[in-house]
Amino acid sequence: MSDLNTAMTERYRNSFLMEVEANVEEGEWVKMCMQCGVCAGSCPLGNAWEHTPQKLFMMIRAGKREAVLSSDAMWMCTSCYNCIARCPRGLPITHIMHGLAHYAKRLGLVPKNQPTQQFSQIFWDNLMKKGRVNELKLGLSMYFKDGFGQGIKNAMANKQLGQNMMKAKRMNAMEFFGGHGIKDTSGLQKMIKKAQEIEDAKYQGNS
Amino acid sequence: MSDEKKFAGYICTGCGIGERLDSSQLEMIATREGKMQSCKQHEMLCSSEGVQLIRDDISNEGATHIMIAACSRRAKVEAFNFTEVAMTRANLREGVIWVRPDEPEHQETTQEMADDYIRMACAELRSMKMPKASGEQTLNKTILVVGGGITGMSAAIESAAAGYPVHIVEKQGALGGQAADYSKAIPTRSPYKEPRDTGVAEMIASIEANDLITVHLNSTVARTAGAPGRFSVDIATESGTVNTETFGAIIQATGFKLYDPSNLPQYGYSKSPDIVTNAELEKLVKDANGGPIKRPSDGKEVKAVAFVQNVGQSSTEEGQLPYHSGIGDLIAIKQAMYFKDQNSDCDTTILFNNLRTPGAAGEDFYRAGQEKMITFSKGNVSEVVPGDSLEVKFQDLILDEETSMQADLVVLDVGMIPNSGPDPYAVPMVIDEEDEAAEDTPPPPSVSVDSILNLDYRQGTDLPHLKNGFTDSHFICFPYETRRTGIYAAGPLRRPMDMRQAQDDAAGAAMKAIQAAENAGKGMAAHPRAGDLSFPSFRMDGCTQCKRCTVECPFGAINEDEKGYPMFNESRCRRCGTCMGACPVRVISFENYSVETVNQQIKNVDVPEEFDEKPRILVLACENDAYPALDQAGMNGVEINPWARVIPVRCLGSVSLSWITDSLNSGYDGIVLMGCAKGDDYQCHFVRGSAMAHERMGKVGDTLSSLNLEPERVVVYEVAITDIERAPKLINDMAETVEKIGLSPFKF
Ligand code: SF4
Ligand code: SF4
Ligand code: SF4
Ligand code: SF4
Repeated sequence: MSDLNTAMTERYRNSFLMEVEANVEEGEWVKMCMQCGVCAGSCPLGNAWEHTPQKLFMMIRAGKREAVLSSDAMWMCTSCYNCIARCPRGLPITHIMHGLAHYAKRLGLVPKNQPTQQFSQIFWDNLMKKGRVNELKLGLSMYFKDGFGQGIKNAMANKQLGQNMMKAKRMNAMEFFGGHGIKDTSGLQKMIKKAQEIEDAKYQGNS
Repeated sequence: MSDEKKFAGYICTGCGIGERLDSSQLEMIATREGKMQSCKQHEMLCSSEGVQLIRDDISNEGATHIMIAACSRRAKVEAFNFTEVAMTRANLREGVIWVRPDEPEHQETTQEMADDYIRMACAELRSMKMPKASGEQTLNKTILVVGGGITGMSAAIESAAAGYPVHIVEKQGALGGQAADYSKAIPTRSPYKEPRDTGVAEMIASIEANDLITVHLNSTVARTAGAPGRFSVDIATESGTVNTETFGAIIQATGFKLYDPSNLPQYGYSKSPDIVTNAELEKLVKDANGGPIKRPSDGKEVKAVAFVQNVGQSSTEEGQLPYHSGIGDLIAIKQAMYFKDQNSDCDTTILFNNLRTPGAAGEDFYRAGQEKMITFSKGNVSEVVPGDSLEVKFQDLILDEETSMQADLVVLDVGMIPNSGPDPYAVPMVIDEEDEAAEDTPPPPSVSVDSILNLDYRQGTDLPHLKNGFTDSHFICFPYETRRTGIYAAGPLRRPMDMRQAQDDAAGAAMKAIQAAENAGKGMAAHPRAGDLSFPSFRMDGCTQCKRCTVECPFGAINEDEKGYPMFNESRCRRCGTCMGACPVRVISFENYSVETVNQQIKNVDVPEEFDEKPRILVLACENDAYPALDQAGMNGVEINPWARVIPVRCLGSVSLSWITDSLNSGYDGIVLMGCAKGDDYQCHFVRGSAMAHERMGKVGDTLSSLNLEPERVVVYEVAITDIERAPKLINDMAETVEKIGLSPFKF
């Protein structure tokens, strides 16, 4: 368990809802849910996940901290905005879903092999290197995320697709070596670092 | 005006009547057969010129009885408003030309219809008298309000504001009722976010300062006699003194009590002082006086409170309330706010299954509660375990699991039970010919509650109930009206409601009470025949003292004298005619509506001989719903079978069996009776009239079989005002039935 997680657990011992209010983007909306279930019924993916938005919000109110933060539900949201459009109480559900995902990630509570969060991490790391997404490397990282053998298998399975993209000049094999980037990579990294500091300070203040 | 009767007929040829019908033939029928001493035609009778024509005849020619053959009696009522004469109207427009197709092959039967309606109207008119007030009326403007809670106080304030003196009789030693103990009330003004002041203190102060309002504390009503306009009420004080006062009308606002949760052991109410009802919580909060709310057992500040909703309500279990009070969830939100406003760290949880927060105000208040971090959990509470910390076990219905929570205090949302008096009809009334003696003793009340009004009426001491103990008063069509004329029910006595609704209710009841007192002063009927001057009288030498009228009157209007003769109380009477329909010897009648007026109409229809193959169908249609539905059918161009002859009746309850027997004997082929819905969801404007008629018509089968006629020839229907397609269809169905079973053998 991360230190931050321990600190948060300590601070909000009584109310997970308060913790969510203070730390999750748009979290102050959770209390306004009236449990009508419209979001659950509207979500095109809802029944494929562990918890619908409705349930997640009820679990937050019932203080089920572990179960909520380690749920895979918020990671599966495709941002289709169906729920937001329909929620009679006007909850920014999609944003809350992402906020919850973000918070779980900060606390280190995301289930290990949750694929969306793995992809997000790879995407981020890739982007941070040069300030541009290196699509070839991003694809390869995804193929090989579960080990070398599985990576080869994945690559072979998608061979045709890769070749077509190269032919159509949608992908450049030379990107493998370094690849293109923005002019001032270190400037970007400084910027991001600063942003990170500000955000951390915010959480520090909360804990 | 001399006693001599002078009959004048008027035929309107406007609105297409002149084009579709042979009006000179109608005029001839009116004078020759209908014996109108004069008959005039006018191309637009409802115009000022046409009306003047009639007026002139009344003032110059001394016309005392007028027959207007034009549109329905429900149309142009302002134009044809001649209060000084007896009047009848033949419905040629909605009743004939608008329900018949305008084609040559239908011309003959359409004309026959119109001819008959003229015959009927003239015959009715000849047996009508001009209604006059009885002379027994008195104007008494003082209103009695029984009950000094929110409803009663509001009713008094409203009546006084309209200039009518009021007396409030309150059992307790102070005004205010249950609300006097409340800390705050549910908000009634935008933005509906914070509980509001109850306003009880201000109301009491304004009553005390009002010269028109007299308050009797520690008092009850020991006896209520008389009738609207002349109620004589004995007001008894605790100390034993009795004051007799007279009143024009009465408002009963005796409120409610709360369901006792000790009947339900699972909630542990009797096992821990920290498990309280919603009303008891109000007291706790009031005692805290803005400081921390403390629990009763040890005075410890409440840090966690659970509200258990819907306790013993909307239940099918024996001993619980089958209905829901509807406001408990708003109360819980308000009460949870007491805790949150005092200490925002207090855990407040509302455990609900269906959260009812009706209206925009309710929704906003719910949101305000959520904003204050009240936790709403959808769950069914199975048990509250007493202890230092109370354990509330419940099934979480969203997460589908058995779980529990701890609380310092548990508040039970118990429902409202009306403070009605004993129901006079707790034992259903039966009129058993063999067992007349049984009728002499009034039926015992269903529950052992004390009488509130102590009415000195033939039919019991208090207002009749609808169901679940609520005092009968129609929710939608005629709220406040009870089944005792001039006595109005307001507030949670008639249905569960909150303070605001009770105040609105009180204002409505006050207006009705004022109207009743005023009408009684003029000898006029109250709703729904407001303004009617006719009233029932009976021929004593024919009466067999059978008591049917006194028992069947839906409004308990008729008392009995020592010899068992009926004593009609004009101002208690709603003029429904149910007594008239009940009387087996036909001695009850109104001046302008009697067994005879309808019988004459039935007799004067021209019933063609059998080989003509023109059946006749008698339709007796209640003038409140069925008749307007048929009029509306006319306006919509829905066809009605040409064999039908429709007679409006005041209420199906006024239908005399003799009309049925006589018409069958004189060759009618079918009879259709149309009244309003009966039963718990009644629409009958006279509450029990339609039900009575249905019961009586149950016996028509005997008549039919004694005449050797098919039972299908007489049908009774419940018809609503909206049955614009259905009502004509029911008549047309009868025409088909007659076609199938053949014409009546009783034709001459
Ligand atoms: S935005 Fe996300 S949670 Fe909302 S309906 Fe779409 S997938 Fe479901
Ligand atoms: S639609 Fe909105 S109010 Fe309804 S359950 Fe979902 S989040 Fe709650
Ligand atoms: S007309 Fe109706 S209200 Fe009046 S006495 Fe007869 S039954 Fe009762
Ligand atoms: S129903 Fe007729 S006969 Fe019977 S008591 Fe009444 S008035 Fe007399």
